[in-house]
Amino acid sequence: MISVQRLSKKVNGRPVLDNVSFEMESGRIHGIIGPNGVGKSTLLQLLSGVMKPSSGEIGLDGVSMSNYPRKALARRLAVLQQGGLPPAGFTVRQVVEMGRFPYQNWFGDEREDHSALIDLALDSMGLSELSSRPLDQLSGGERQRVALAKVMVQEPEVILLDEPTTYLDIGYQVQLLDTVRQWQRDRGLTVVAVLHDLNLASLYCDQIIVLHQGGIASMGTPSDVLNASLIREVYQTEASIVAHPLTGTPQILLQPRKQESLQEAVSLMKVT
Amino acid sequence: MLLLAVSIVGSLSIGSSIIPFADVWGILWHQLPWTDDAGSHWSAGEIAIVTQVRLSRVLLGVLVGACLGLAGAGFQGVLRNPLADPYTLGVSSGSSVGAAFLILFGYQALLGEWTIPVVAFATGTLTLLGVFFLARSRGVMQIETLILSGVIIQSFLGAFVSFMVSMSDDVINQILFWLMGSLAMKNWADVYVVLPCLVIGLPLLIAYGQALNLFVLGERHAAHLGIRVERTKLIVLIGSTLLTAAAVSVSGVIGFVGLVVPHLIRLMVGPDYRLLIPLSAIGGGIFVLWSDTIARIALAPKEIPLGVVTALLGAPFFAYLLYRRKKGQEGFL
Repeated sequence: MISVQRLSKKVNGRPVLDNVSFEMESGRIHGIIGPNGVGKSTLLQLLSGVMKPSSGEIGLDGVSMSNYPRKALARRLAVLQQGGLPPAGFTVRQVVEMGRFPYQNWFGDEREDHSALIDLALDSMGLSELSSRPLDQLSGGERQRVALAKVMVQEPEVILLDEPTTYLDIGYQVQLLDTVRQWQRDRGLTVVAVLHDLNLASLYCDQIIVLHQGGIASMGTPSDVLNASLIREVYQTEASIVAHPLTGTPQILLQPRKQESLQEAVSLMKVT
Repeated sequence: MLLLAVSIVGSLSIGSSIIPFADVWGILWHQLPWTDDAGSHWSAGEIAIVTQVRLSRVLLGVLVGACLGLAGAGFQGVLRNPLADPYTLGVSSGSSVGAAFLILFGYQALLGEWTIPVVAFATGTLTLLGVFFLARSRGVMQIETLILSGVIIQSFLGAFVSFMVSMSDDVINQILFWLMGSLAMKNWADVYVVLPCLVIGLPLLIAYGQALNLFVLGERHAAHLGIRVERTKLIVLIGSTLLTAAAVSVSGVIGFVGLVVPHLIRLMVGPDYRLLIPLSAIGGGIFVLWSDTIARIALAPKEIPLGVVTALLGAPFFAYLLYRRKKGQEGFL
């Protein structure tokens, strides 16, 4: 379980998060949503332990984050970061292998052979064919899959995803989140994902936290949280909420601000 | 490794006074304490040339080259900039200021033969501290700030060196020659300056090889895999600087080695720092050794500055490798 208590963070003197407290249950997919610049990525970086909070505590299974040595933390918690991997000269397999770093000693040796684990990760990401290709010859979507395979090889209990679907087309977005969910179900992992797309958040998350003005505007299941009044309050835009025809989860339809243009469109449709 | 051994033997045997190949080895063999002097038939002069002049110079060449190659790999790994070399952070300028000052005011002999190496080493290290101080804000060193600080300090100190060169009339050649890099007139004392730094620096950088691999993916990725980013940067930079300062303090500013050797190795074996670091040390050693051999025999008895040879030799070879790689694999670079 991840517990966050009275967490505050200032960036360059400006408070980004102010006195935030919440708990995240293990074995679930948690979504963090909110408008631009609200501190979603900051919160994720604080959860990852890379960034230190200005005040407050983050606990992982009852142990304060600041008490974990970096490598020990990396064995329990992995991050798929925004923008994916840079084009580098390493081969796909070499990069995926780097996910074992937290388990390696000084000279990069590990007690047990982990090649089967790497093969499995490459296979489940559909990368087996590409394994000896250098990273700089892959597309953005393929590099994102390599990054996810690297996270798998890290064998974490908690995965943090920072806008994992940015720059991916809808096919890859669904494929990536399907893979994460399958893997999460199989191993009982805890996933925390910052998502831009509210509809994806609604489809894949068990719990959603909505950040607004440095605090939490709402949290709960997608059906609890996603409603027209919250969207209006947080995003300052009108939206219609409908139920997904297959899953029943709320889906958001956007509305252009100007009512006239909408009516024009409707009358145009009637004419044709 | 084999190539290095062959190069050492070859270079030992070549020189402006001709001593046969077999004799060189005979002399060396008889220097070992447990051999008897019975078979010794060489003149004292020949023995002196081999043991005092050539052996120390050859070893120094290998050591200096290894230091520069290693430091280059270290700097490129941390700064993640293809143009980074051991001199990027101004270490060489710092050492040059110290050495030029000594030469200009005639203090070369203050501490005996150790004077220039020790002072150059100290001023080089102080320069790095200055760069760190400039680049550090709230415990974090941004790579861009670090490189900028290095460039600024480098030009500032470079101006000092130029000033001192222009102020001196008779010793101008001495300072300039030092700046261009040379292994002439070196002896065992210089070997003892460089060797300890290499003995410390080599295993240190090898131990951080995998960490530098993760740095290629970006500092955030590295941090998420459990690396203490700031600490790693600091240790690798300090280690590389020690190596650079050691090399510069005995041989002056030998350009091109630290920049090109790691790139050459990268073109040959790929980007893995666990291979790149030890091979850069060996490659640097071989490269400087052969450059120095050419420097001392090409226009004998006159010597060409070593820095000139490394650039003349290294640039075309690098261009050739780059061209071959580009042909073999479209889309590279």
